[in-house]
Amino acid sequence: MADQALLSNDAVLVGAADPLPQDALTPAREAARERVETLGLPGRRDEYWRFTRPDAFLAPDAPAVPLPEGDGILFAEVDRLKLVFVDGRFDASASDALELDGVEIAPLSEAPWAASLYGSLEGRAHIPVPRPFAALNTAAAVEGLAIHVTGKVSRPIHILHRSSDGTADALWHHVIRVEPGAEATILETGIAGARQNAVIEADIAEGGRLHMIAAKRAGVPELSLGHLFARVAEGGTLKSFELALDGRVMRRETVVEMAGDDAVVHVAGASYGRDKGFHHDDTIFISHAGLRGESRQVFKKVLQGGATGVFQGKILVKPGAQKTDGYQISQALLLDDGSQFLAKPELEIHADDVKCSHGSTTGALDETALFYLRSRGVPRPRAVVLMVLSFLAAALEEIEDEALRTQVADRLDEALTEGLNDGGAA
Amino acid sequence: MLKVENLHVKLEDEDKEILKGLTLEVPAGEVHAIMGPNGSGKSTLSYVLAGRDGYEVTQGSATLDGRDILEMDPEVRAAEGLFLAFQYPVEIPGVGNMTFLRTALNAQLKARGQAELSSGDFLKLVREKAKALAIDADMLRRGVNVGFSGGEKKRNEILQMAVLEPRMCILDETDSGLDVDAMRLVADGVNALRSPDRAFLVITHYQRLLDHIVPDVVHILSNGRIVRSGGPELALEVEESGYGEMVEGS
Ligand SMILES: Nc1ncnc2c1ncn2[C@@H]1O[C@H](COP(=O)(O)OP(=O)(O)OP(=O)(O)O)[C@@H](O)[C@H]1O
Ligand SMILES: [Mg+2]
Repeated sequence: MADQALLSNDAVLVGAADPLPQDALTPAREAARERVETLGLPGRRDEYWRFTRPDAFLAPDAPAVPLPEGDGILFAEVDRLKLVFVDGRFDASASDALELDGVEIAPLSEAPWAASLYGSLEGRAHIPVPRPFAALNTAAAVEGLAIHVTGKVSRPIHILHRSSDGTADALWHHVIRVEPGAEATILETGIAGARQNAVIEADIAEGGRLHMIAAKRAGVPELSLGHLFARVAEGGTLKSFELALDGRVMRRETVVEMAGDDAVVHVAGASYGRDKGFHHDDTIFISHAGLRGESRQVFKKVLQGGATGVFQGKILVKPGAQKTDGYQISQALLLDDGSQFLAKPELEIHADDVKCSHGSTTGALDETALFYLRSRGVPRPRAVVLMVLSFLAAALEEIEDEALRTQVADRLDEALTEGLNDGGAA
Repeated sequence: MLKVENLHVKLEDEDKEILKGLTLEVPAGEVHAIMGPNGSGKSTLSYVLAGRDGYEVTQGSATLDGRDILEMDPEVRAAEGLFLAFQYPVEIPGVGNMTFLRTALNAQLKARGQAELSSGDFLKLVREKAKALAIDADMLRRGVNVGFSGGEKKRNEILQMAVLEPRMCILDETDSGLDVDAMRLVADGVNALRSPDRAFLVITHYQRLLDHIVPDVVHILSNGRIVRSGGPELALEVEESGYGEMVEGS
């Protein structure tokens, strides 16, 4: 499927030979195509790809992934609007009707308004570092949703990915516009294929609120590149959380422009890797342009069996962005000696009246606390799980909705109970 | 109930002996107090009895109702009825007090082959015990000991003890840092649990606690050994004249 296999430079050429649809997005695709050519694809020498090798995303093919049965239990019980994608393509017949108060949802190709947003936030996000995989996505994406949030949406919108046989390269691109004062929650779970390249562009208007929770499908050695580009206007809020259990090479880039005053942006993630192949990278760039902006980055990684965690996070405070309150923490819990955490926290501040702090730590299980739990009768395996959940708690706290947070916590508990007890550290 | 004989303990990674032939017996139904200078080995004794890593027993034994506890994992000792109220209770953010306590209680019940408590019954039990210790429900919603004052942490230890109902209770300086009222609450909590089939080992620096929890025997621990034992009057003697003569030559 040519329009699906567009991850490498060669594949882009294949895509060109096999024409993309001519539609409202065509100019944006073409502009993105030019960006890719100008930017070039990442190489191993790129500073920006120092901790995560781009090779897996440049290879012509990716190995098929074994698929677990079913969709996974996360959010299955939530009263939600379910939208199903198979191999990265929207499947209307498997989805709920696209009707929900306060929001208009349509496939990308059927929403003319999407053309004004498609590629625009991505296109602005290549300074100071180029993100050509995102441009490549814009150049080639056909699938995705246009989500126009006009009011307070009563139920979460759940985008559920499935893969037909575990072989496909999947590529999709959602655009989201949140109107002033409107609010929505978007959940994204599942597995779309052996290799994924996703872009979400979210434009949040004055006082708009957007909550996003994404979860990787446990037990799948996927290769994935996820990108979230967001702009937040005055008084707007973005809260994003990602859960990653297992996987191979995963990189999630989040680029947020806090354009208006009093914007609030919280970006958080919890990941648990239990083997040598696991490599999870959070790359974050938050720029404050307005007054009194509040940004928080909270990333926690639990690594075992030789797993690798990466965090590259930056807060940029532009001139005039006074009273900025920026916070960034990245922490790894290493359950054994073979695992590693590579972190590059950065602050760049061009205003004088700001409060910014950042920290990064790597540690092991707290033996004193473990003993405390055991001395009360909690068996060691359970005590270890509780300690790991304790470590991850601050990241989960960033999920505002308590019911959703509890579901994520329960899922994590289950994965940890299984992972920590089949060998490994505990 | 608890019998410690000629116990020698050194640090696992250092050649430093801390307990040097300690012998002690606490029969069921009794309260024994241990007093002794800083660094004499009181907390070490409590940790070794509770099963903390990092210590090596080189000689001697410790038994609970005749069963060797030194080879047991800490959680097994807890299920056998041993409890240690820590000198420095640990904060565990992100794990709720209630979750922690319920996990602990049910794990112990399960290990003993007893039925686990439903969440309703558990809640009722904790509320009742917490009320007696003037611990408000709000505090229990937080992470384990998170945001608790020093005195609140100590009261929380006693709450855990009251809920878990151990047979052998070791209290390591539970009175340190308590105000007068809190001390009385803690003492009442302990006294309420006193029974013919339960025993207490109370480590303290202050005679004051022993006015409220009247011990059957007071031991003086110095340099890794019990150097003197006597009735409650021994605590008064310490209070008046310090350890000076008692520990000399030990
Ligand atoms: N893990 C350890 N590493 C190094 N030294 C230790 C360790 N544990 C105990 N010690 C030493 O062993 C001795 C006994 O310590 P312990 O904490 O048992 O004393 P204590 O009687 O409880 O004192 P306090 O009244 O101050 O609480 C001290 O000298 C202490 O420094
Ligand atoms: Mg001590």
